[in-house]
Amino acid sequence: MNAEALAFYALAAMVLVGGGLVVQSRNLVHAAVSLVPTLLGVAGLYVLLHAEFVTAIQILIYVGAITVLILFVILLTEGATGLRVRQRNEQVPLALLVCGGLAVLLLGVLVRVPWGPAAGPLPPYNPGAVGRSFLMPYVLAFEVTSLVILASLVGAIVIARREE
Amino acid sequence: MIGLSHYLVVSTLLFALGLYGVLTRRNAVAILMGIELMLNAANVNFVAFTKFVDPTFVRGHVAALIVITLAACEAVVGLALVINAYRHLETVNVDQVDLMKG
Amino acid sequence: MVVLAAVVFTFLAVGGPLFLVLAERKISAWIQARVGPKHVGPHGLLQTVADTLKLLYKENIVPHRADVVLFSVAPILVAVAALLDFVVIPFAPGWVVRDLNVGILYFAAVSSLTVIGILTGGWASNNKYSLLGGLRSAAQMVSYELPLGFSLLVVATLTGTLSTVRIVEAQPYPAVAYPCVVVAALVFLVAATAEANRIPFDLPEAEAELVAGYFSEYTPMRFALFQLGEYGSLLASSALFTTLFLGGWKGPFAFPGLGPVGNGLVWFLGKTYAVVFFLMWVRWTYPRFRIDQLLNISWKLLLPVSMVNLLVAGLLVVGIR
Repeated sequence: MNAEALAFYALAAMVLVGGGLVVQSRNLVHAAVSLVPTLLGVAGLYVLLHAEFVTAIQILIYVGAITVLILFVILLTEGATGLRVRQRNEQVPLALLVCGGLAVLLLGVLVRVPWGPAAGPLPPYNPGAVGRSFLMPYVLAFEVTSLVILASLVGAIVIARREE
Repeated sequence: MIGLSHYLVVSTLLFALGLYGVLTRRNAVAILMGIELMLNAANVNFVAFTKFVDPTFVRGHVAALIVITLAACEAVVGLALVINAYRHLETVNVDQVDLMKG
Repeated sequence: MVVLAAVVFTFLAVGGPLFLVLAERKISAWIQARVGPKHVGPHGLLQTVADTLKLLYKENIVPHRADVVLFSVAPILVAVAALLDFVVIPFAPGWVVRDLNVGILYFAAVSSLTVIGILTGGWASNNKYSLLGGLRSAAQMVSYELPLGFSLLVVATLTGTLSTVRIVEAQPYPAVAYPCVVVAALVFLVAATAEANRIPFDLPEAEAELVAGYFSEYTPMRFALFQLGEYGSLLASSALFTTLFLGGWKGPFAFPGLGPVGNGLVWFLGKTYAVVFFLMWVRWTYPRFRIDQLLNISWKLLLPVSMVNLLVAGLLVVGIR
């Protein structure tokens, strides 16, 4: 087992164990903090896939901003103190069935397809290639995403503002 | 040798975990955390396919970056709604928000 | 080369904050017309060693009904995030632990990990003052990450690369870009001071108001880890400022008999510690801002200024080409 395989299995374990803690931890703050190793594990998987730009953006935005936002909202609403509140609703057996069935179905299909070996190297300077893609073929997606960010920024401020 | 199917297995299991979180949790913020897990699973898929199938134009990375951006936007608006709902309804459990029922 | 750079990294990243604690006390004493620590070692140089030994002897207390796991993890997260910053800083020509091709983006990403440590530390202490301090500190650090990122983007636009080594090699900037670079440098300095929670932005730790803010419940070794994180973040920001705006290890003249590596190291350390001295000077001179003034400065002053700066830098690059 070479170093890449070892790293992959360690990161996959971090992602899946962290994800398990997120979805079934009774203490909400523990669940939110468990998002950190999960998302860092995903960032590690991106490094193994030679996607350095996406790794840095994942850490910067997901771990550094979205997790902080989730923690803020948990601390500002009553979630952090409700340790005796029941956290699971009555759909648990049905959810187990659905998720288990979906996972088995997808895994059964995905591991049987002969995907073939890797097809060529990635461009060596990731940010340059991504930047060129955003400015030439995909400029429309880029501009529309910027408008979505603006709309959600203004919308969130209006919705969450305290009415005087 | 780590191939494409290894990454797909990880992303499928992460997606299933996120879906379980969305379906079974009562707290609205916990549901949003499950949604973030599902979006990350999709991103892992995009980036894995870029490396193994179509590396020259990094289209998967572009898609993953757009998904990260939109996930941030959706988390922001969702959490603003949770805060507003908490102010008016005094609860963040989604099964207690039933003003329109009956 | 990587091994030697790793050794320098250890001494700079871990020994640096130890030295900085002493430097802070001596500089503050000098500004306040007194002498500072002078009994331990020659001129008080071994004071931090004595402090560390004292801290190791103290009892480790976990507050009643605090969350033990999160309480223990939080200072480790802060310290590790501050130390990981040093991976991309070039100390001398050819001496960098790892020349990542997304260098400055990695720096911004890793320094945003400290916010989570501070939030969990504030909450896990089971103390309302710690929680308030943690929330205020997290709000401040998240607000100031944006102008920091924009001034890093200005540097990336003007040099065309995100790698710190290539940024050092691309300096000095062409003279027509100086206004952009000066504005970006000032914005970076203000934002880095706010990121490191130092006066004039240290309301989260204000001694008179919040006891010690988010680390009031932390006893010795964990407190030492928080301090390592704070001073390490200060040193890393100064080192990055030197790399991006002051020319890194380049110097106008070469010292005789040192060779290119030693020469570069002397210039780099000199410039970094000059920036650190300037930041400490600012700390002991100015009063602190209120939380609403603090957030107003970030969102209403620094953010528009840095956005316009980035626009001008982009136009300049197109014009120069």
